[in-house]
Amino acid sequence: MIREPLIFEISGKGKRAFSLPELDVPSREDILQGLPVRENIEGFPQVSEVEIIRHFTRLSKANYCVDEGFYPLGSCTMKYNPKINEKIAAISEFVLSHPYAPFDLVQGNLGILKTTEELMNEITGMDAFSFLPAAGAQGELVGMMLIRAYLEERGNPRKIVLIPDSAHGTNPSSAHICGYNIQEIESNEKGTIDISSLEQNMTEDVAALMITNPNTLGVFEADIKKISEIVHAKGGFVYMDGANMNALVGICRPGDMDVDVIHLNLHKTFSTPHGGGGPGSGPVGVKRELEPYLPLPTIKKSEDKYILDFDRPKSIGRVRSFFGNFLVVVKAMVYILSLGPRGLKEVSEIAVLNSNYVRKSLEKDYFLKYTTPTLHECVFSDKFQKKHGVQNIDIAKRLIDFGVHPPTMSFPLIVQGALMTEPTETESKRDLDLFIDAMKQISKEAKENPEIVKSAPHSSYVRRLDETSAARSPVLRWVEKK
Amino acid sequence: MSYTSLSDKDKKEMMSRVGISSMEELFRTIPEGMKLKRELKVPSALTEIELIHHFEKIAKQNKYSEFLSFLGAGAYPHVIPYVVDYLSSRGEFVTPYTPYQPEVSQGTLQAIFEFQTLICLLTGMDVANASLYDGASAAAEAVLMAHRLKQKSNVLIAKTLHPQYRKTIKTYVRNLDIKIEEFGFSETGEIDFESLSSKMDEGTSAVVCQSPNFLGVVEDIKKISDLAHSTKALSVVVVTEPVSLGLLEAPGKLGADIVTGEGQSFGIPLSFGGPYLGFMACLKEFIRQFPGRIAGETKDVDGKRGFVLTLSTREQHIRRERATSNICTNQALCALRATIFLETLGLDGLKELAWQNIQKANYALEKLTQVEGIKRKFHGNFFNEFVIEFSGSLPKVESSLREKGILGGLYLREFYPELENCSLLCVTEMFKREEIDRLVKSLEEALKE
Amino acid sequence: MYPDDFYYTKDHEWIQVKEDKATVGITDFAQKQLGDVVYVEMPKVGTQLEFHQSIGVIESVKAVSDIYSPVSGEVIEVNTDLNDSPELVNQDPHGKGWFIRLKIGDETEFEKLMSADDYEKFLEGIEE
Repeated sequence: MIREPLIFEISGKGKRAFSLPELDVPSREDILQGLPVRENIEGFPQVSEVEIIRHFTRLSKANYCVDEGFYPLGSCTMKYNPKINEKIAAISEFVLSHPYAPFDLVQGNLGILKTTEELMNEITGMDAFSFLPAAGAQGELVGMMLIRAYLEERGNPRKIVLIPDSAHGTNPSSAHICGYNIQEIESNEKGTIDISSLEQNMTEDVAALMITNPNTLGVFEADIKKISEIVHAKGGFVYMDGANMNALVGICRPGDMDVDVIHLNLHKTFSTPHGGGGPGSGPVGVKRELEPYLPLPTIKKSEDKYILDFDRPKSIGRVRSFFGNFLVVVKAMVYILSLGPRGLKEVSEIAVLNSNYVRKSLEKDYFLKYTTPTLHECVFSDKFQKKHGVQNIDIAKRLIDFGVHPPTMSFPLIVQGALMTEPTETESKRDLDLFIDAMKQISKEAKENPEIVKSAPHSSYVRRLDETSAARSPVLRWVEKK
Repeated sequence: MSYTSLSDKDKKEMMSRVGISSMEELFRTIPEGMKLKRELKVPSALTEIELIHHFEKIAKQNKYSEFLSFLGAGAYPHVIPYVVDYLSSRGEFVTPYTPYQPEVSQGTLQAIFEFQTLICLLTGMDVANASLYDGASAAAEAVLMAHRLKQKSNVLIAKTLHPQYRKTIKTYVRNLDIKIEEFGFSETGEIDFESLSSKMDEGTSAVVCQSPNFLGVVEDIKKISDLAHSTKALSVVVVTEPVSLGLLEAPGKLGADIVTGEGQSFGIPLSFGGPYLGFMACLKEFIRQFPGRIAGETKDVDGKRGFVLTLSTREQHIRRERATSNICTNQALCALRATIFLETLGLDGLKELAWQNIQKANYALEKLTQVEGIKRKFHGNFFNEFVIEFSGSLPKVESSLREKGILGGLYLREFYPELENCSLLCVTEMFKREEIDRLVKSLEEALKE
Repeated sequence: MYPDDFYYTKDHEWIQVKEDKATVGITDFAQKQLGDVVYVEMPKVGTQLEFHQSIGVIESVKAVSDIYSPVSGEVIEVNTDLNDSPELVNQDPHGKGWFIRLKIGDETEFEKLMSADDYEKFLEGIEE
C-alpha cells in the first residue's frame, strides 16, 4: 500500500485545483483601507486536482467501513446504511434551502420534521419530539435540562441523578453539566438494576434515573415498570437512553414502560451513516407534561401550514443553531418509510436473532459474565484468554487481520476485559460465520501461539500505534520544517 | 424494502442453533403486558421508486430555490467544488464509526489531523480539535472552557454575536455557576468599547465577540483582546463566516485566546441549517481544558507514521462526570468536506474567494446606497454582509420584492428592536453582477411603489 | 518491594516521614494498574490539605485516577519533574516518581495508615 503523505508535504507553489469565474465587478484596493488584512496564510497547501483525488482515495483505503464488512461495535449499532437515503437527502430543494427562508417557502422541510416527529411518537410511544440535538450526547443533555426545568418551576431542581454502573460514560457527564451529582446504582447478579439498591437511593433529592433499556449488557430491564413506579413515587423522572432501541422497534415501546424522556440516535437504530464520527442526530422524546420545556423552536401545524413555534415561554431555550441536523432527519424518515410496520419489526427480530446466534456460537470459547438472556447484543470477556496473557485489546486487534472490525471494549465497566458485540440485523449468515470462525481461531491461538495475537494486527495499513507517546508529547498539527 | 440478509434456510438453521422455534421466544425476557400487540401505525413500506416520487413531491413544496436570495446571517451560499461531493461520498468515509481502532481508521484520522492543521493555519492558533456540532454549541463550549480555565463566574458577550449563539450559550450555562452579561454596539456597528469596559472587572472570565459580527462589521480584535487581557480575562473570538479568514488577519495574531465558529462556508451546503460544522482552536497552554476529539501523530511498532485520537482522558468515556464536555462525536464527515474544500481551493483559491466576496459585497452596497430611500446603517468595515436601512416600511418593501422573485436579506427587527426597517444582506461569489443589479433595480421600483 | 519506612493507604498512596515533613507518591502496584502514565495534575504549593482530600489526578492513556492525601497538612513542594517526565511514576514510583511534599498537620492520622507488611497483605487480598 502506498504511504500517503500529509497534503502539506506535497504542496507546491503554482499548483491549482480550483478556479473561480473572473470577477465581474470593479476590483478596488481602496475598500481594504482600515481592515486588518493578512499578508499570507503560511503553510496553506497548493495542490492539483489529480493530487486531491489520489490523496483522499488513498486515505479512504486506510479506513475500514460498514460497506466493506462486519462491524459489531456493541451499543453503536453499525448497521448497513441504505444508499437511497443518501440520494434522497441530496435532492437540491433540501440541500440548497437557507435556514432563514420564510416559512412558507420551506413547507416541504418543515413537513419532513413534523412527519418524522409523528413517526417517532408512534415508534416509541412518546408524545412529542425535538430534532434539535445534534447527537446522542446533546440529546441526553437536553433531556436532563427538561427535567431540571420542570422541577425548578415547582421550586426544587433536586440534587442527584441515579445512574446504573453499567451505563455509558456520557450519562454521568451529561447529568453533571446539567448541574447534578451522580449516584451510582449497582447491578445485581443478573446484570440488571438492583431494585433494593434503587429503593434505598431513590429519595426526594433525586431528580431522575437514567436508564438504558435494554442495558449495555443487552439485557432487558424486565422490572422497568416497577422501576418507573419507584422513581415516580418520589417525584422523580425516568430518562431512557435509547442507544439500544434497535432491540425494541415494533416489539415494545418506551412510552408504554412509563419512561418520561428518551433520546434516540438516528445514526444507530435509524440507519443514518456514522460518517467516521458524525454528523449524527439525537432527537429527544417526552411525555406530555414535559413538552412545554422542549428546546426552541418546535414545529406546529396551523391552518394547513407548518410554522416554527418560538412562543414557548417554558422552553429551556436554544441548544444549537437552526433546526437540528435536518439532512440526517431526512435520511431517517426515508428509512422508516422504506421499511413500513413489518419491516421495522423485522429489524429488531433479526437483530436479536443474529446476536443470539453469535452468542450461542461463542459462549464456550469466550466467558460470559452474565448468563441472563440477551437481546441485540452480548458482552463477552477475555477471562479465558487472560490465562495465556491475551487481553481483550489483543483479541480486538487480531480480528482486524481476519477482516472484521473489533467489538466495543471501553465499557460496560462492570465487565472486565469486555468484548461487547452487536451484529445488527443487516448481516448475512456468511458474515456472522466469518466473525464466529475468526473468534474461535483467535481463542485457539491464544492458547497455542499467544504471541501472534499479542502482536496483532499484522495486515493493516499501520500496526499497533504508540498511544503513550502520542499523549505524553502531543503532536496535534503539521508544522512546516524550516 | 428490507435490509436484512438471511435466507429462509439461514433463519431455520440459526433458530435451531439458538434453540428456539419461534421468533417470539427471542423476546421472552420482555413481560407480555409490555409488548405491543399490534403493528406500528406507520405507512406501509415503499420501494425505491416510490420513495423517490414521494420525496420529490415533498421537495417541490419548498419554493425557496425559485428566489434570488440575499440571506446570510450565519449560513452562507458558497461555491462547492465537485470533488468535495465526489470524495466525501465514498463509503470508506461515510460508513465507518469514530476512529477508536486507529489501525483501521487511518483515513479518517489523517483527514482530521489535516483539518486541525488547516484550522490552526487559518485562525493563527496553536491547536484545533476535530470539530464540534455547530457554531452555536461551539461558542457555548468555548464559554464553558473559559470558565474552567479562569474559575470566575462572569462572561461578557457582545450583542453583535449571532442571536442564536447567544441563546445557546445561555441555555448551556443555565444550570452552572456562570453569569452571562451582554454589551452593546456603537454607531459604527462595532462593539461599544465603553459598554464593554464598564462591565469588565476581576470577576470576568471571558469576553466573547464575533468578527465579522452579526451586523457584518469587522471588529478590532486586537483592541478587544488587549482590553480582555487587562483584567486577565480570555478573549474568545467567534467566526461565523470563515471565508473572511482568506483575507483578514488571523485572530490568533491579534491576541485571541480561543477562536471558535461555524465552518459551513467550507464546502457544506446550506441544508436548511444542518448538519454544519463547529470548529475550535486555542493556545497550547489551554489544551487540558479543551473539549472534543483531538487527533495526534505517533508511530506504529515498525516506526511508521500513524495517527490516533489522543488526550482522551479529558473526555466523557473515561472521565465520566468530570469530563471537559459530554460531547462524544465530532462532525467528522462535515470536517472532511471542509478539509477537501480548503485543500482543493488551496492558498490562491481561498484568497481569491475572499477577495471576490468583499468586492461583490462592496459593489452591491455602493449601488444600493445610490437608491433613494436606502442608506448604509453602519459605517464600520465589512466583509460580505452589511445592513441597510429603508426610509419607508420594510415589510412593504419586502413583500413587493418577493413578488419580483427576490428575498432581500434578513429583517433585523426581530433580533434588535432598535433596528426597525433594517435588513442584513449577504453577497458572496455566487452572485453575478446582473443579479446584484437586479436587486438594486427591483428595490428602486419597490421603494417608488 | 515496598519500603519498610513508608506508610500506605488503601488507595495505593505511600507517605514517607522525615521529621515534620513527608513525601507522598503512588505505589508500584498503583502504577502497574494504571499503565503508562502520561500526565499528572498536582496541587499548588501552599494548599492546605485535609485528610483524604483529592490532591490531584494521574492519567494514563485510557484511565484517570484521583490521588488522595494520606494525611492532612500543607503542600510545601511539588515534583515539577513530572510535568515533562510523567514516566518517572512508572520507572521509579517509590523514588523519583514522588508527587508532593507536605508539612504534616496531624501526626495521629498515621494510625489510620498501613505498614509495608499490612499493605502487602492488603494487596494479596485484592489480587486473588
